[in-house]
Amino acid sequence: MKKTLMLAGCLVAANTAFAADKPVLTVYAPDYFTSEWGPGPAIEAGFEAQCGCDLRFVAGDVLPRILLEGEATEADVAIGLNTDVSARARASGLFAPHGEDLSRLTMPVTWEDETFLPFDWSEVAFVYDRTRLATPPRSFAELLDAPADAYKIAIQDPRASTSGLALLLWVKHIYGDKAGEAWAKLAPKVLTVTQDWSQSYGLFTDGEADMVLSFTTSPAYHLIAEGDDTKVAAIFPEGHYFYAELAAQLKGSKHPELAQAFMDYILSDDFQGMIATANWSYPVIEKPGFLPEGFAALPRPQTSYFYPEAEAEALRGPALEEWRANFGK
Amino acid sequence: MLTLDRLRITQDDFALEADFSIAPGARVAVLGPSGAGKSTLLTTIAGFLAPSAGRVLWAGTDITGTAPGMRPLSILFQDQNLFPHLTVSQNIGLGISPRPRLSTGDSRRIEAALERVGLAGLGARKPVALSGGEQGRVALARCLLRAKPLLLLDEPFAALGPALKAEMLALVAEIAREQGTTVLMVSHDPTDATALCPETVLVAEGTAYPPRPTAALLANPPPALAAYLGP
Amino acid sequence: MIPAALAATLVAALVLAPLGAVILRAGGVSALTPSDLDALIFTLWQAALSAGLSCALAIPLARALHRRRFPGRGAFIALLGAPFLLPTIVAVMGLLAILGRRGVVNGLLAGLGLPEFSLYGAQGVVVAHIFLNLPLAARMLLQGWQAIPAERLRLALALGLPPAAQARHLERPMLRAVLPGAFLAIFLVCVSSFAVALTLGGGPRASTIEVAIYQAFRFDADLGRAATLSLVQIALALAALGAAARLTLPSSFGAGLDRAAPAALAPDRWHRIKDGATLTLAAAFLLAPLLAIALRGITEIPALPASVWRAAANSLMLALGATVLTLTLALPLSLAAPRARWAEPVAMLPMTASALVLGTGLFLIVRPWLAPTSLALPVTLLVNATLTLPFALRLLLPEVRSLQADYDRLAASLGLSGLARLRLLTLPRLARPLGFSAGIAAAFSMGDLGAITLFSDGRSQTLPLALYSLMGSYRMEAAAGAACLLMALTFGLYALFDRIGAHADPR
Repeated sequence: MKKTLMLAGCLVAANTAFAADKPVLTVYAPDYFTSEWGPGPAIEAGFEAQCGCDLRFVAGDVLPRILLEGEATEADVAIGLNTDVSARARASGLFAPHGEDLSRLTMPVTWEDETFLPFDWSEVAFVYDRTRLATPPRSFAELLDAPADAYKIAIQDPRASTSGLALLLWVKHIYGDKAGEAWAKLAPKVLTVTQDWSQSYGLFTDGEADMVLSFTTSPAYHLIAEGDDTKVAAIFPEGHYFYAELAAQLKGSKHPELAQAFMDYILSDDFQGMIATANWSYPVIEKPGFLPEGFAALPRPQTSYFYPEAEAEALRGPALEEWRANFGK
Repeated sequence: MLTLDRLRITQDDFALEADFSIAPGARVAVLGPSGAGKSTLLTTIAGFLAPSAGRVLWAGTDITGTAPGMRPLSILFQDQNLFPHLTVSQNIGLGISPRPRLSTGDSRRIEAALERVGLAGLGARKPVALSGGEQGRVALARCLLRAKPLLLLDEPFAALGPALKAEMLALVAEIAREQGTTVLMVSHDPTDATALCPETVLVAEGTAYPPRPTAALLANPPPALAAYLGP
Repeated sequence: MIPAALAATLVAALVLAPLGAVILRAGGVSALTPSDLDALIFTLWQAALSAGLSCALAIPLARALHRRRFPGRGAFIALLGAPFLLPTIVAVMGLLAILGRRGVVNGLLAGLGLPEFSLYGAQGVVVAHIFLNLPLAARMLLQGWQAIPAERLRLALALGLPPAAQARHLERPMLRAVLPGAFLAIFLVCVSSFAVALTLGGGPRASTIEVAIYQAFRFDADLGRAATLSLVQIALALAALGAAARLTLPSSFGAGLDRAAPAALAPDRWHRIKDGATLTLAAAFLLAPLLAIALRGITEIPALPASVWRAAANSLMLALGATVLTLTLALPLSLAAPRARWAEPVAMLPMTASALVLGTGLFLIVRPWLAPTSLALPVTLLVNATLTLPFALRLLLPEVRSLQADYDRLAASLGLSGLARLRLLTLPRLARPLGFSAGIAAAFSMGDLGAITLFSDGRSQTLPLALYSLMGSYRMEAAAGAACLLMALTFGLYALFDRIGAHADPR
């Protein structure tokens, strides 16, 4: 009995010591990020191995939560933000510069943002199954001009989903003032508009949808994790819309050195070498060996484009209205 | 003694007045045409209806504002006298107390009451397994255990056959006599009144008249009663 | 009355205080946009159509169920509850497997050379809403049938009433009493529809108010507009509630003696065929999607990772806690409702509370005092219980009304009150709807997506969240397994509580 008590005492002491010794870096991340199938666990293990700290993920709605908490937020770092919310995040004045050398990035678009640091990227694309779709569209124009029953596509709602918004800006970029017409032509081929990407993708893998609005990197998962090479992203000569996931450190962080160390870690070989298969997207710094064989061989668009934040923010309202007006016809 | 002191009951365009007393231990029939307000009078005495004026007194104490369950009386309605989901014993046990477990003494009293009403051994049954007469007996057995000095009967046996009804009324009379209970009984049937109740309250034309000897009343009925009784 | 007042205060505060906090933070409400008005119009019409069709289809189904006895009838009635209880995401998966483009039905249609049936667009939303809510309407009507005392049915039999006369004397008064409440409940469920409208609606035409609220939060960061939309939803609910209260009449069947219902209220010949057809079609429509989920997912269950099982355990614990809390709130409120005018509207209030506004407002309130993550469990329990309350109330209220009409006088004359009344009269007489309510509370809580994500620390995942995580990381096979597990646990809990209720019913 005495022995048990002593042992228990030691354990408690050890535990408190453990907690007291190590500073805690609090990182806000989206739900999918921290699950065992997301990149969170690998990042946590990798960073903790070198920082002498305890990395604690808080999963949920990252930006809404930080905006509601204001300066009192417990977050040291926010990860998993998207390009569509960075304007709002910046306007809050809660975030601090990342201080990284952006010339090291190997992305297809030039990145000059000193606050929000991308950690992986991809482009939105329509993904299909080549065994089910004999004549996939070879260009955006061909997609729009195809007859209504050629294929049924699942897309995401630009009001509710980041990838849906990327499609909105993609169409705007290609068709400009004619974007309304493009939506009217696309509408009959759209099976449905879902709230988020995973619902659309589920419709696609179930065979409900012939094509799905997803990413140029989606086939990599099927190829590498499932050994399935039937899923293909349709690459259009008109170019594809760029999509990056971002991280930023908070001005009010209680551990600014740790937060900075985390930003450094994001661009480290350790992180960049693992992110491709952890989050099924391209690393922002690509070096030989960072991509598994099949992944590296995936076809890539000739051009990628991206609206600067202010421009995207200004386009969003009118483009949504255009979508609403023409898509419903 | 039950005293109705300038009691006035009004419901929409219906009104009933009563101002009389009933002696302790008396057995009184309440007779009158349908819709005259016989049940309303009993319901008011039992406390389910508040009078618009006047008082109800028992032994000099004003009980006009007392909750139904706290009044010194038991009432049997035309129907819904038993809880269908409780056994006969549980239904009767409610006459003693709503405690979860009744003592052995209580169980013995319940058994005795059942025996008294001629239902020995049926305590474990549910009401639905009993005949109409037996259900009436269970309700009576509960009144027996409640042992309140006033018993109000709002035609609880109306659905029974003449022979069975007479038997039940005889049982009520017997129990009332044993316990010295004052009985107030609504009836449609003058023979019931004659059989059980030496006195009768006539309810007609908005008034409940003071009790009069039943035989005399029936022998020389006032016009309202005569019209009801027929030639 | 005091517990009811406490429960009402808690519920009202839980719904209104967060809304107030959001308005305060936004510095007032802001005007709606034209697209918000479109959303309002679509919301109203799809909800009215879905509720109307669900109720209309439920009438022959409940009638057939009531007058036919067949082997497996009890199990069939229990299974009927399943679609309503399923988390919408699982229900949509099942529907797609049957009615989708690659579904069984379209396979048959194609084989017969007939045109394809589309489950997308406004018709898809309505069909899905009927799939989800027809069972609720049928259960409410069946309860209405069962509440008609056996004496009345016996009388109908003794008089040899033909079906038309039965309908006039028994069914119509019952429908008059039960239908407005059923319509209202389904109307309100459909008003706050989110996932179904988004997945099957097929675009901006089919946007509900809840979608507009989401947009106001997510993209426009316009708390003021979210608050306005939330107020519109609450006003809508109260208006619907007011209308239903005017239309609802007590059925005035009176009490019976709990006799077993006579077996053969069933007219013969072609009515038998009609009932058989109704039951077969209903079974096919309601149960085939469940079967599809089970068949697809069951083989994946053994391979589910440990974290999914942990999530399942978390969800089970939450469900049990929320069940207890729901009944604690619902019982006093429903007992007070026939007498206290405020009780019913307050208990119905959570029905249109937007989960997003609720979560955000609570967060704003709690945040200055406590770390929200430390309150994750109590807040989740409380919100789940509050959101289930309207359903529990609707189930309990008719039974409470007849309980009070039939036995108040007798109980009062015996001085039966307080705990003794609760134990001897209230609980036994309400065992069935209490069990049913507990089942629904448990099921809803199982399907909860963690509406309160602002409070979560992401450590303890629930099963629906795990399902989303799997889908979000391409693991559609495992997701099918998790969906099947979620369906089994949800339905298992519901059936368990429903059985306990039926078992505790002394009738």
